[in-house]
Amino acid sequence: MIEAGKPGLDAAFAVVRAIGLPEDRKAIEMERREHLVRGVAAGFHRARAFLLVAPLLLFLAITYLVPMGGILLRSVDDSALQTYMPKSAAALARWDGAGLPGEDTLAVFAAELGQARRERTIGRVANHLNYRMSGMRSLFNKTGRRLAAADEAKPGHPSWGEWLAELDPRWGRHQTWTTLKAASGRYTSANYLAALDLRHGEDGGVIRQPEGKRIYVKIFLRTLWVSLVVTVFCLLLGFPISYLMAGLPPRISNWLMIMVLLPFWTSLLVRTTSWIALLQSSGVINSTLVWLGLIADNERIQMVFNLTGTVVAMTYVLLPFMVLPLYSVMRGIPRSLTRVAVSLGATPLTAFMRVYLPQTLAGVGAGSLLVFMLAVGYYITPALVGGQSGQLISNFIFYHIKASLNWGFASALGAILLVAVLLIYWIYHKLVGIERIRVA
Amino acid sequence: MMAARARAGSATGHYLFRIVCGLVFAFLMLPLVVIIPLSFNAEPYFTFTREMLTLQPEAFSLRWYRDIADNPQWLLSVKNSFIVAFFATLLSVILGTAAAVGLDRPRFPGKTLILSILISPIVVPIIISAVGMFFFYSAVHLGQTLTGLVLAHTVLGSPFVVITVTAALSRLNPALPRAAASLGAPPARTFFKVTAPQIAPGIFAGGLFAFATSFDEVVVVLFLAGFEQRTIPRQMWAGLNEQISPTILAVATLLILFSVLLIVTAELLRQRSEKRSLQAGI
Repeated sequence: MIEAGKPGLDAAFAVVRAIGLPEDRKAIEMERREHLVRGVAAGFHRARAFLLVAPLLLFLAITYLVPMGGILLRSVDDSALQTYMPKSAAALARWDGAGLPGEDTLAVFAAELGQARRERTIGRVANHLNYRMSGMRSLFNKTGRRLAAADEAKPGHPSWGEWLAELDPRWGRHQTWTTLKAASGRYTSANYLAALDLRHGEDGGVIRQPEGKRIYVKIFLRTLWVSLVVTVFCLLLGFPISYLMAGLPPRISNWLMIMVLLPFWTSLLVRTTSWIALLQSSGVINSTLVWLGLIADNERIQMVFNLTGTVVAMTYVLLPFMVLPLYSVMRGIPRSLTRVAVSLGATPLTAFMRVYLPQTLAGVGAGSLLVFMLAVGYYITPALVGGQSGQLISNFIFYHIKASLNWGFASALGAILLVAVLLIYWIYHKLVGIERIRVA
Repeated sequence: MMAARARAGSATGHYLFRIVCGLVFAFLMLPLVVIIPLSFNAEPYFTFTREMLTLQPEAFSLRWYRDIADNPQWLLSVKNSFIVAFFATLLSVILGTAAAVGLDRPRFPGKTLILSILISPIVVPIIISAVGMFFFYSAVHLGQTLTGLVLAHTVLGSPFVVITVTAALSRLNPALPRAAASLGAPPARTFFKVTAPQIAPGIFAGGLFAFATSFDEVVVVLFLAGFEQRTIPRQMWAGLNEQISPTILAVATLLILFSVLLIVTAELLRQRSEKRSLQAGI
């Protein structure tokens, strides 16, 4: 019964019927032909359907899924030392980590460092290692310069160890070499540890970052907290107007809906800009309050370029995403049910709480998940109106890509955010169904 | 007596409710309404001057609008925005419609998985998409090109087309294409003569979303575009971060007008689609 009623089959059946086989053989023959026709038709239709889906799927696979995988790879990538100084990486990997590496290892290391300097690949290794231990870049460059300049090397010194330690005392430290050993593999968990304010200790165990460097757990928690607050605000603002619109005749509710959709269709930057114009200390709201005499001219309230700005502007931007699912669910709930409850003696409040509200839960869930999911990854609004205290995790990802150039770390932050969002997406799919994602 | 009090209470509640709703609608409209008069400010501030509030004519000016027209950077960004949005929309519509039509087949294997992949670009935070595409497009030398931007915006726009066309197809009477086929029309002809006109509003709506997405997109542009590929949002971004001038407000006003145009188009399409559904007897 796979292909009942597909184009072409009706015609085929008509032919079979017209042949007019004897009654007893007819059923068997019918079944056989039907099977044949259906099989061919099904295969044909399936192939055609695949061919239609394939271009977009292929396009997204190449231009989207591959880049997403690239982020994950980059977040664990540690191949710089292995790629540009392969013999040193192998030698360091063999080193047992006790004391300082042996003379053979140091000789290989010095040779490759000088060579990397001459081939101008030293920067890649040095930059990569600098994220593991600050100061590594200058140490590598300084040492590389000396090694490349003086091919005869270590004049008057008995060993590479002494030569290096004399050039810079950091080469005599155990920690420098354990850091290099840790970077000798192809993959690393260092970026993920750093994203959780952790790092490898000297003995190889996982320890917490020093007090002053514990930033990212706080930022992740702030992102979740802001998203939650924004979701609650959107619900508090979106519920009453959805309820109002659902109860009005379409002629009026359509107009109100346009008021909801107009911001939705307006450029995000425009909306954020106008919140700056409204909220800044010389802005419309503060000026109005001063003009009304509610606050003095010198005590204007700082409402933007901080966490308040982020929350207000994000609530504004995401409100339509709450209203749309709420409204569509509420429109399907008959108001007569509440009236029945009241006529049976319930107070309007009880009727609302016990009869109406439970029926809206699907809309509340869909809207809240959608708003929360969008809020967790928000970038533009916090970047423009968030100031220092209103920056969320996305803003730190941007910073590490564009400014600090620590791409591996940014990728790890991104991967964690991605997993969080996909988790919410999955919950949304289980509860609401992605087929029911509607736009406007 | 008690009933009267209850009624009075409920009337108060009713008005309170209306007032709350009024405030929420004011919250929705305020940022849009405030921007328009500010864009006519004769002074280079983001705030109303005393002269503006007393409606003195010399407090208003069109200087910020002239600023846009005189500034080659703004003009370039307008041109880029339209080029990128146009081609991204075209590609999104073609790829998205084909995919939605293919997926409409009832027992498409792995339908849910494929659909979630096709929709994922609008679910994944834009910053992550942008970072991923930044690495990838730089590697394949599409960074800092309009082609790269068009492809990236196609990724972001196509899910909308898939969603709206899927929705339109679910409203389509399945008997119609079947009737066409049983009358001997080949599949392509059935699609263009029967299915396409029926789902046209869905295709247009998806295209509109794809266009609006591309036209408003700044994060991917921040990563992929160089100075020569600046779009309107990128130019506004620069203005907001570098020097806040009311030129941005003038652009914002024009964009609001543009979005009013878009929304009216969308509303007309919706009405037309409803009328069609009625005519088709669904």
